[in-house]
Amino acid sequence: MYTQGLNELAARPLAAGQENPELLRRFEARIDAEEKIEPKDWMPEAYRQTLIRQISQHAHSEIVGMLPEGNWITRAPSLLRKSILIAKVQDEGGHGAYLYSAAETLGISRAELVDQLLSGAAKYSSIFNYPTLTWADVGAIGWLVDGAAIMNQIPLCRCSYGPYSRAMIRVCKEESFHQRQGYDLMLKLARGSAAQRAIAQDALNRWWWPSLMMFGPPDTASPHTALSVRWKIKRFTNDELRQKFVDFTVPQARFLGLEIPDPALRWDAERGQHVHGEIDWSEFQDVVRGNGPCNQDRLQARRDAHESGRWVREAALAHAAKHARAAAA
Amino acid sequence: MQPKPDWPLYEIFVRARGGLDHKHVGSVHAADASMAMEHARDVYTRRQEGVSVWVVRSTDIVASDPDEADALFEPARDKIYRHPTFYDIPKEVETL
Ligand SMILES: [Fe+2]
Ligand SMILES: [Fe+2]
Repeated sequence: MYTQGLNELAARPLAAGQENPELLRRFEARIDAEEKIEPKDWMPEAYRQTLIRQISQHAHSEIVGMLPEGNWITRAPSLLRKSILIAKVQDEGGHGAYLYSAAETLGISRAELVDQLLSGAAKYSSIFNYPTLTWADVGAIGWLVDGAAIMNQIPLCRCSYGPYSRAMIRVCKEESFHQRQGYDLMLKLARGSAAQRAIAQDALNRWWWPSLMMFGPPDTASPHTALSVRWKIKRFTNDELRQKFVDFTVPQARFLGLEIPDPALRWDAERGQHVHGEIDWSEFQDVVRGNGPCNQDRLQARRDAHESGRWVREAALAHAAKHARAAAA
Repeated sequence: MQPKPDWPLYEIFVRARGGLDHKHVGSVHAADASMAMEHARDVYTRRQEGVSVWVVRSTDIVASDPDEADALFEPARDKIYRHPTFYDIPKEVETL
């Protein structure tokens, strides 16, 4: 999964005017012609930096995103559900790996990327700073969070940067399984006992608004969208994608017999769209700033994993060096 | 403080089915080639995407320079006589 408008909060690209005008002109002509830009091609510094930021935030989100669901692996209610959840969480780790690879083609090392996450300098999707309180949260995450991620990611398959676009094609193929297993889980609960229906509704209540926030701040507050759209890093604005998500998801909730926790939600026949209530952007800003319910836990879990894996990384290198010496001798 | 250097980078090539070429799919970090092979299996073939994998140290790949692309590939552009469609064969002539 999981990009978010976050890249725009932090973006401070070089003004395009500072670049060599002839190279910039040729670069933009290639973009206009729908050509892909590849790692060794000339690119404006702002393009490189925006991509590093966006792809790495995306990668970090995949990795941190393993934590809330990983929380339920040992308590999955059946062996099949446990196998599905392990496969899903493993996919997210794979997504992180594809994306770190793509970011590294832009000239930043994996060690630097990991360091940025662990030091708190880099952001990841704010959705993962919410806790998974019941088994139904695993269903809600697959259905809503992976669903929102797919909305974000499908246009990224056509991103102008080749390695990112190829990574996203691979990711999107796998996300569909994630969303469907989540909906399937919700469906089982929705058709189950009163207690099962209650945890399904409760999970929807808690994950609905944070899922809408995953698309990032409203267009009126996203000053860098224009450049990202011109360079085809981004194909749709945050609000366009959010709208599409709402229009897709409302009927799915209705089929489950669950209620979207938004009293202002209504169908606008004239526009042919749903109109949703106000999003509480102060909550979003607060979570991005580090004050969500689980920000501390998530980062600590990653730091602990990195620290306790250190001896393994070092031992593997020492082992490889020893065998390389033996082979040379 | 500079972070510790990474495990070396390996480029991964996967043959999707017998009869097809190996195709570049991405890269992994690994301490050595056999670990790169295991990582490639886990990262790139979780759904039977391949029947064979190559791993190659990224530093062992020599790539052409995009700035020299014109010098390398342009000379082929005006040699249209290399393509079968260049030749007008009367339609009475069959199987050619
Ligand atoms: Fe993912
Ligand atoms: Fe996913």
